Amino acid sequence: MIDPWLPALVVLSSLLPGLIIFFLAESRIRLRTTLNLVGAFAKLALIGVMLWGVLNEHEYVFRYTVLPGLDLVLRADALALLFVSLSAALWLFTTLYAIGYLEGAPNRSRFFGFFSLCVTATVGVAMAGNLFTFFLFYELLTLATYPLVVHRGTEKALRAGHVYLAYTLTGGALLLIGTVWLYGLAGQVDFVQGGSLAALPPETAGQLQIIFLILIAGLGVKAALVPLHGWLPMAMVAPAPVSALLHAVAVVKAGAFGIVRVVYEVYGIEFAQSLALLLPLAIAASITIIWGSLRALFQDDLKRRLAYSTVSQVAYIVLGVALFGPLGTIGGLVHLVHQGIMKITLFFCAGNYAETLGIHKVSEMNGVGRRMPWTTLAFTLGAFGMIGVPPLAGFISKWYLGLGALEAGMPWVLAVLAASSLLNAAYFLPILHRAWFRPPPTAWPHEHIPQRGRWETAPLLLLPPLATAAATLVVGLLAASDFSPLDWAKLIADREYLQ
Amino acid sequence: MTDFLDPLPWLIVLPLAWGTLAFLLGPGRGGRLAVAAIALQGVLALQLAGQLIDSGARVYAVGGWGASLGIDLMADGLAAVMLLLTQAVALPLAVYARGYFAAHPKGRALFWPMTGFLLAALNALFLSADLFNIYVTLELLGLAAVGLVAIAGGRQPVTAAMRYLFATLLGSSAYLLGVALIYGTYGSVSLVVLTPLIHSGAPLAVTLAAALMLLGLLLKTALFPFHFWLPPAHGGAPAPVSALLSALVIKATFYLVLRLWLELFAPLTTVAAAQLLGVLGAAAILWGSVLALTQSRLKMLVAYSTVAQVGYLFLLFPLATLVPPDAADSAVQGGVMQAVAHGLAKAAMFATAGSMIVATGRDDIGHLGGIDTRLPLTLFSFGLAGVTLMGLPPSGGFSAKWLLLSAALETGQWWWVVVMIVGGLLTAAYVFKVLRRAFLPVAEGDHVARVPRTLEFSAFALALAAILLGLFGAPLLDLLAIGRAA
Amino acid sequence: MSAALLYALAGAALFAIGLAGLLLQPHLLRKILAFNILGSGAFLILVGLGQRDGTADPVPQAMVLTGIVVAIAATALALALARQLLDLTGQMRLPEDRPDAEPVDD
Repeated sequence: MIDPWLPALVVLSSLLPGLIIFFLAESRIRLRTTLNLVGAFAKLALIGVMLWGVLNEHEYVFRYTVLPGLDLVLRADALALLFVSLSAALWLFTTLYAIGYLEGAPNRSRFFGFFSLCVTATVGVAMAGNLFTFFLFYELLTLATYPLVVHRGTEKALRAGHVYLAYTLTGGALLLIGTVWLYGLAGQVDFVQGGSLAALPPETAGQLQIIFLILIAGLGVKAALVPLHGWLPMAMVAPAPVSALLHAVAVVKAGAFGIVRVVYEVYGIEFAQSLALLLPLAIAASITIIWGSLRALFQDDLKRRLAYSTVSQVAYIVLGVALFGPLGTIGGLVHLVHQGIMKITLFFCAGNYAETLGIHKVSEMNGVGRRMPWTTLAFTLGAFGMIGVPPLAGFISKWYLGLGALEAGMPWVLAVLAASSLLNAAYFLPILHRAWFRPPPTAWPHEHIPQRGRWETAPLLLLPPLATAAATLVVGLLAASDFSPLDWAKLIADREYLQ
Repeated sequence: MTDFLDPLPWLIVLPLAWGTLAFLLGPGRGGRLAVAAIALQGVLALQLAGQLIDSGARVYAVGGWGASLGIDLMADGLAAVMLLLTQAVALPLAVYARGYFAAHPKGRALFWPMTGFLLAALNALFLSADLFNIYVTLELLGLAAVGLVAIAGGRQPVTAAMRYLFATLLGSSAYLLGVALIYGTYGSVSLVVLTPLIHSGAPLAVTLAAALMLLGLLLKTALFPFHFWLPPAHGGAPAPVSALLSALVIKATFYLVLRLWLELFAPLTTVAAAQLLGVLGAAAILWGSVLALTQSRLKMLVAYSTVAQVGYLFLLFPLATLVPPDAADSAVQGGVMQAVAHGLAKAAMFATAGSMIVATGRDDIGHLGGIDTRLPLTLFSFGLAGVTLMGLPPSGGFSAKWLLLSAALETGQWWWVVVMIVGGLLTAAYVFKVLRRAFLPVAEGDHVARVPRTLEFSAFALALAAILLGLFGAPLLDLLAIGRAA
Repeated sequence: MSAALLYALAGAALFAIGLAGLLLQPHLLRKILAFNILGSGAFLILVGLGQRDGTADPVPQAMVLTGIVVAIAATALALALARQLLDLTGQMRLPEDRPDAEPVDD
C-alpha cells in the first residue's frame, strides 16, 4: 500500500506555520510560539507514524510531474527516516532554545519564518526520492538560510552572508550540472538501493567518473569538505540557534547526506568501487578531518573552534561512506545522528555562555564551571563524545569506522582516526580544564542574565542542551538496543549490501 | 452569435476601444475601466486557449474578407501562450499602476490611453498572419512604447524616448525593406502562402530580406550589441511603464524572431548564424549582468538585468537549429518558458522597485535600509522574482534553464552550459546586492514610508505566478505544442 | 533595365541615404527627415518590385498607403518629442547619455 500524503504533510507541517508567521506582527508572541510548537510536534507525530509504517512494510511515496521526464518525488525510506527524525527532533529543541535566546530581540517573526522554511527544506532534502528533488530542496535550503545568517544586519553579518552565498550557490550550480548531465545519460535518476548506474553501458564510465566528481564537489561545499569549507567559520556570526541548526542539522548534514545518497543509491557502493571513486573520496575526507582539527586548535573564539570541529567531524560521515564494506557504512550513518546530537549540545552551550555572561572566547572561560555548572556539564558530555570516550555516542561511531577501515583494507585510516581523536582531545580538554579548574575572574564580560536561585540562566536556554547532552549519553549506552540510531544504521547497511 | 463573440478580433478591438475611451475621459482617467477590460481580455485569452486545445490552430478572416485583400488573424499554441502572458502581466500591472499613480501622479495623464494602444498592438502582433500586418503592429507597438517612456516628462526620460524612437523606427524600416523584397520575389506577404514557397527554393533576395528583417527585430529586442537604447528608456520611465516594456514589448519582437527563424525562414538558417545569435546572447548575459552589478540606481540595475535576460532567450537558437528534433523541442520549450517566466518576474521586479522608490523617496540602492521591516512583502516579492531570474528551483526560470541545459548537453554544445551557469551566478550577485542592502537598518536621514496595499499585493501576485509556473509548467508546454507540427 | 528594377535601385539608394542621415546627422530635425527618406525608399521598393507585367498591383499600393499613414504618426511623435527636448535643453540635439547624473524623481 503506497500512501502519498504523509511525506507531503511532513513538509507542510513546517512550511505552513512558517508562511503564517511571516505575516504576524512582532507583538504576537504567543501565537507565534504556538504555531512553532504545534508544527514541531505535528511533524514528530507524523514521522512517528511513518516509522511505524515502514517497519510494517508500508511505503510512502509522493510523486508529482513538474515537466515531462522530471518528477518531484518524496519517499520515506529507511535512510530518509534516519535523517528526518534527527532533523525533526533537533528542530523542536532548537525552537525552544531560540525562543529563549531571542527574547526581546527585533525581527523575530522574520527569524522564525525563515527558520521554519529552513526546516522545511531540510526534511525535503531528507525525503527526496531522486536527484532533482534533492537539488530543489538543497537550493531552497541555501535561500532559506541566508536571511538567518544575515539576521543581525551588521556589516560583518552581511559580509559573511556574501561569502556564504558565493560558496553555496556555486556548489548548487555544480550539483545542477551533474544532475542534468546524469539525467541526460540515464533518464530520471531515482534513488534506489544499490544504485542504478551500473546498468549503463561501459563506454559511459569516463563520463560517470567526471559526473561523480562534479556532484561531490557540489555537495562538498555544504558538507564543508576541504577546500570548500571557507564559508562555515565565517557564518558563525549568526545567532547561536542558527549556528546550532546549521551545523548540527541542516546545511552540513544536507551536504553529507547528499554524498551518502549519491554513493549508495545513485551509483551503488560496488559500482563506485569499480570506478575507483572511493579511494579519492576517502582521501578527501581524511584531509578534511585532519585539517579541520588542526585549525580548531588555534581558534580562540569558541564558536569558530566549534565550526572547525564541525568541518572535521562531518568528514567522518563521508569517510564512512568511502569505506567499502558494511561496517564503514554503519559508522558513517550512525555518526550522522550522533554528531548532530553532540554538536548541537556544544553550540547550545556556547550560546548560553555568550547570552548569559558575554563570553565569546575560550580565554574568557576560566572558572565558568562554578557559575554555570549545568551548562558546563552538558558541554563536557558533548566534548567527551566528540573525543570518542566510551560509552558516549562518539565512541560508537569511531569504533565502527575503525572496524570498517580494517574491513576495507585501508589501515591508514586508523591512523587518521587516532590522530583526529588526539587532536579533538587537544582542543577540547583545555576548555574543560579552564572551565572546571581555573579560578573565575572577578567580573564576567557582560552578565546579561543573573543567577536566579537554582537557575544559572534562563530555563529555555538551559533545558535544551541538558536534554541533548542526556541524549548523547543514552544513545551511546543503549546503542545495542532496538530502535537506537545504531540499530537503524545497521538496518540500512544490511539492505545496501544485500544487492 | 458565437461568431460575434469570437475572442480573436475582440482581443484587438477591446484594448483599442478602452484606450480611446480613456483618452476621451480626460487626463489620468480610465484606470478602473482598464482593469475591468484587461480582466475581460484575460478571459478571452483563456477562451482562445480552450478553443485551441479542442480543435487545433485557428484562422479568422477580419470582416469576412479573406487574404490577400483582407487581413487574416491566426492563432496557434505559441500565439496563445504569448497572449496569455500579455494579459496575465497587464492585469496586475494595471492594478499596480492605479495605486502607483495615486501616490505619484507625475505622468499619469496619458498612461491609460497609451497602455490601451500598447496592449492592442501586442495582441494584434501575436495574432498576425502576414508580414505586413506584423509591420503595422510593430510600428504601433513602438510608438506606444516610446510614448509611454516619455509620459512623465523630464530631460532624461525624453532623451531616452527619442533615442528609443529612432532605434525602433530604424528597426521597423529595415523590417519593411525585407517585406518589400519578399513581396517583390513572391507576390505575397501571407505566412501560410510563403512558407512552402521559401521551403522549395529561395533566391538571394530572400536571404537578404531575411537578414534585414532579423536585424531590424534584433535592434528592437535590444540584443547585444543593439542594447544601447534600453537601459535609459526602461530605467528612466515610471515603474509601471518599465514593467510593461521589459516584460512584454521585448517579448513581442523576440516572438517574431522565433517565428521567422523556426518557420518561415527555416531552410535559410545556418548553424553559423545560429551560433552567432547564441554568442551575442552570451555576450548580453555577461555584459548586462556585469553592468547591473555596477549600478547605483535600482531601476537601472533592473533595466540592465533585462539586457542580460534577453541574452538567455537567444541561447535557444543554436540549440534548435539543425539538431535532432528532441533537442530542438527542448530548446524551443525552454526559450518560450524563459520568455514567459521572465515576463512575469521582470514585471514583478520593476513593480517592487517602484514600491521601494515610493517608500524611500529616492532611487538609490545604497539607501534601501529598513525595507525589510517596513515592506516585507515587497522585499519578499523582489526575492521571489530574483529566484526565477537566477533559475533556482522551483520556478519558471528553473524549468526553462533545465530544458535549455538538457538540450545543450544532448547536442554536445557544452559551452552554453557554462554560459548559463555563470549567468545564473552573476544574476545572483546583483539580486543579492539589492537584498542585502534591504536588511540593513534605516540609515541616518532616510525614511521608509508605508506604501498602499495594492502596490505590494499586485507585485506579489506577479512574482508568485513566476514561481508557480515552475510547478505547473506542463500545461503551458502542452498548449505550446498545438499547431507546431508545421 | 526594366522599370521595376529602376524603381528598386532608386528605392535602395534612398534607403541608404536615409540610413546614413539617421545615423550620422546630429540635428534632430535632420534625423527625422532622414527617417522619412528611409521610409520613402522602402515604399518605393515595395511598389516598384511589386509590379507584375507592367500593370499596377493594388496590394502593395494599399500597403504603402498604410505605411505612409504610419510614417506620419511616427513623424508626429518624433517632432513632439523633439519640441519637448528643445524646451528642456534649448538644443535640437540628443544630449549625452548620462543616466546616473540625473536624480530622477518619479
